[in-house]
Amino acid sequence: MAVRVLMPALSPTMTEGNIAKWHKKEGDKIKSGDVLAEIETDKATMEVEAVDEGVLGRIVVPDGTQGVKVNTVIAVILEDGENASVLAKMDLGGAALAPAAPAAPMAPANVAAPQAPAPQMSAPAPAAPQGRVFASPLARRMAEQSGVDLNALRGTGPHGRVVKADIEMALSSGAPARAAAAAPMAAPSYMAAPLPPGQPGAAYEDVPASNMRRVVAQRLQESKQQVPHFYLTIDCEIDALLKLRADLNARSDAYKLSVNDFVVRASALALRKLPKVNASWLGTAIRYYKTVDISVAVAVEDGLITPIIRNADQKGLVALSEEMKGLAARAREKPMKLQPHEYQGGTFSISNLGMYGIKQFEAIINPPQACILAVGAGEQRATVKDGALAIATVMSCTLSVDHRVVDGAAGAEFLKVFKGLIDDPLTMLL
Amino acid sequence: MVALTVREALRDAMAEEMRADPDVFLMGEEVAEYQGAYKVSQGLLQEFGAKRVIDTPITEMGFAGVGTGAAMMGLKPIVEFMTFNFAMQAIDHILNSAAKTLYMSGGEIKCPIVFRGPNGAAARVAAQHSQCYASWYGHVPGLKVIAPWSAADAKGLLKSAIRDPNPVVFLENELLYGQSSDVPDGPDFTVPIGKANIVRQGRDVTITAFSIMVSKAMQAAEKLAAMGIDAEIVDLRTIRPLDGETVLASVKKTNRLVTCEEGWPFAGIGAELSALVMERAFDHLDAPVMRVAGKDVPLPYAANLEKMALPQVDDIIAAAKAVCYKT
Repeated sequence: MAVRVLMPALSPTMTEGNIAKWHKKEGDKIKSGDVLAEIETDKATMEVEAVDEGVLGRIVVPDGTQGVKVNTVIAVILEDGENASVLAKMDLGGAALAPAAPAAPMAPANVAAPQAPAPQMSAPAPAAPQGRVFASPLARRMAEQSGVDLNALRGTGPHGRVVKADIEMALSSGAPARAAAAAPMAAPSYMAAPLPPGQPGAAYEDVPASNMRRVVAQRLQESKQQVPHFYLTIDCEIDALLKLRADLNARSDAYKLSVNDFVVRASALALRKLPKVNASWLGTAIRYYKTVDISVAVAVEDGLITPIIRNADQKGLVALSEEMKGLAARAREKPMKLQPHEYQGGTFSISNLGMYGIKQFEAIINPPQACILAVGAGEQRATVKDGALAIATVMSCTLSVDHRVVDGAAGAEFLKVFKGLIDDPLTMLL
Repeated sequence: MVALTVREALRDAMAEEMRADPDVFLMGEEVAEYQGAYKVSQGLLQEFGAKRVIDTPITEMGFAGVGTGAAMMGLKPIVEFMTFNFAMQAIDHILNSAAKTLYMSGGEIKCPIVFRGPNGAAARVAAQHSQCYASWYGHVPGLKVIAPWSAADAKGLLKSAIRDPNPVVFLENELLYGQSSDVPDGPDFTVPIGKANIVRQGRDVTITAFSIMVSKAMQAAEKLAAMGIDAEIVDLRTIRPLDGETVLASVKKTNRLVTCEEGWPFAGIGAELSALVMERAFDHLDAPVMRVAGKDVPLPYAANLEKMALPQVDDIIAAAKAVCYKT
């Protein structure tokens, strides 16, 4: 029997993705393990491999289609000996595509086709015709009571059913209220508003935002709007650290430690000592993490990503350095080679712009973490010591803190311990 | 509290009621000299004598009829079937003689009888000896139908059944006979008929079960908890009269229902519960009710097929995830 290829969920949070590119054409022979297509997800572009053998009978969702929901049929593989006539009988559920997608040629749903019934709730089925929103009875009642417009929601249940979780999500993010009765069907809220026209005569180019860019935009906007940030800056003197680094690097060619490796290690040790900072706000509780997993921001071509060094407090400088190099290299490959578990999670973030000569900056917290450390450049500055001017290499570090979780004194205590470790790096051995 | 097996709890219930009421007696195949085919009536012949603990010939139609007649004349028989599969022979007496007589006599003739014995699948006794009769008897007005899981409920509900003035079908489970759990001490302990029991509190999904399926539901709940799904388990305990209020209150809290039973899905207890919840809690449902039931086939003899045909822990987990929209 012909096999439907469904849009896969490549990460736990993925609800939709883009078909970046098909690697196979209709009519191509498919072996198990062949790369069928590249799928652009929230954060990464990933390859989809064939599980079944046969011939690619039809590409239902073409290259470049945006916002394809998980479990939508994206292609059909015909088994040996089957010909394309079976396609006409198949219900390919194409209407489940986002309205923005180019219409794919599609056989009409044939209700009488002798398909085996699919008891699985996730099986694809024709989406609601325009004007009829499928919603669970509870979701319908909640929407009515709270004034949320069901038409403006996109259901995450089977066949796009609006369920309780969707209403709760809409309420927490400020849902579009029901419009006057005469209003036409509201555009689904996830569709971008029409782009505003530019200045008359101005030359410009509108570049569609990648999924990564959209996720970055959404998460950081939410963070800055919802998380009460405050900032604490401390100056660390790194002359001793630079000397130690040079000494250590001179001993072997097997490793090359960076200042950032010391920053990660000092942060990890400080977090272990002050677990109050290694935390998340849960609304009604504070979660204190028992592991120290540090997200380190890495700039990539069309955005940034934060690979995680897990259990960073239990790793030495060389191990940290090598792990970081490996993660950063894989983050920068195209398509990105990091697995979701390598960049999802983390309990604390570090962003370092010192290599660009930035003296000091304030980073935006990476929710649900409570803190992010922004690291500036190490530069020679005039300092006053015992009433006399002196020269020291100073690195300013700024901690952005979620005040719901961490108070000023606790944040300051963290920076004090951190500075102690950076100023006197031999204490990192203790 | 004292830890008892279900087998001992049932025996204690009968012994206590026989001590308290001389009208109570036990009859069935092998209940006396052999001490019960599954050793449930151990010691009863010795304590109460052959007049009150009676071995019958192998004729369910005969002794179920004798028992029903005795009940109509004012005694309080406990009729043990070696299994409820054999009670198919006697179903005319259970339904037409016992269940309907109070109605048909205009309230003149009561029939305080308990029909008890193991019900449902055991292990590899094939299609004819592996049926769950909960839905069959639950269908009939005039009967009360009980299917306990824990030892305490087995004892407390059997005592209530013996005291009840109506005919009661009391469905036991062979695989549960050896399971022990705490039972309150003393002859005054009873459990009311018609009350379900929430054996595990949860907020994400209601799972109903009875008899041995409660064990499987509890195992499923532990695994679901590890997946972040907090299941509430309702042990129905009584099939008829069904405690709809407890199920409805739970579904109003969790918004989702998964029903579990060993019997076939068609017109089963799960079908009844889905109708109930649809009629009376429609606006509280966030997902369709899902039924976990035995496969719609005669139960196979082969061990591997038997396992596939009976509802397993993984089936409950899959259903709970589906109604929670988790993959």
